[in-house]
Amino acid sequence: MIVDFFFYLFAAVLLISATLVVSSRNPVHSVLFLILAFFNAAALFLIAGAEFLAMILVVVYVGAVAVLFLFVVMMLDIDFEQLRGGLQRYAGVGAAVGAALLVEFAVALGGWKLAPNVEQILGSPTPSDVSNTQALGRILYTDYLFLFQAAGLVLLVAMIGAIVLTLRDRKTSRHQNIGMQNARTVAETLEVLTISLGAGTTASGGFLRPKQPEPEPEEEPVHGHH
Amino acid sequence: MTSVSLNHYLVVSGILLVIGVFGIFLNRKNVIIILMSIELILLAVNLNLVAFSAALNDLTGQVMAMFVLTVAAAEAAIGLAIVLVYFRNRGSIQVEDVNLMKG
Repeated sequence: MIVDFFFYLFAAVLLISATLVVSSRNPVHSVLFLILAFFNAAALFLIAGAEFLAMILVVVYVGAVAVLFLFVVMMLDIDFEQLRGGLQRYAGVGAAVGAALLVEFAVALGGWKLAPNVEQILGSPTPSDVSNTQALGRILYTDYLFLFQAAGLVLLVAMIGAIVLTLRDRKTSRHQNIGMQNARTVAETLEVLTISLGAGTTASGGFLRPKQPEPEPEEEPVHGHH
Repeated sequence: MTSVSLNHYLVVSGILLVIGVFGIFLNRKNVIIILMSIELILLAVNLNLVAFSAALNDLTGQVMAMFVLTVAAAEAAIGLAIVLVYFRNRGSIQVEDVNLMKG
């Protein structure tokens, strides 16, 4: 069966690239293998019939998260060789925990079975007449609206948190000083001159005459009165 | 589910999760690889959710997989921001050095 062949192919590449993610010597290679793993997982999603999630996986993970990882790995000047010290010491512990976990999964996989009334207690049965994306949209914006909004809130908080964490106040950056703006008074920014009839503004010094020394030189009043 | 059985998916996602856990232990000093391992673990969870969703003809699993995806993206962004700030302050991302809050 061709579907079986592709399933085994994508699953094998997924597992191999996941192994290389955790064991690769160079973190940039790790990120690239992570991208490969995500692509193969998306293919597995496609085989399972979850087309929308497969595309979302490619867009979100490959397009955003993996590139973010790549960006950070390349931006930080880290001695990764030093970070790999003591690898052999941890490999034994990791292998032991992994083996225990694997045995537990094998036991669970051998013993589980579906509830007998599973057909009656489905949360939202897949409709057969519409596509996967349409069916997901139908329940996402109705039954799961609250969860959808909560997910948006999570993303908002994550965005604000990341910005607040990484924003640096550079000395050279030009930004608003809101306190100084609010403390300005009319008297120090605007001047009303009384011009005699027919004399023009030149007689009283002109618009651009130097005023008394001021802390803010950009506050010159250039607009006069006619 | 077309022809691939549910158990195939469960085996793949189980092995993927074990690889992720193993990666956390293997790279205990490198926070970035640990974050990638967490992504692998969450991917295994998603695979499980989608497989059950397809096998039971229930779309709830796919909706939940979408929310897991959202949380994973948020977690990666915050985690990498913390790594960045930590590297700026200390010049290193060794996990064993992170004891500023130990008191």
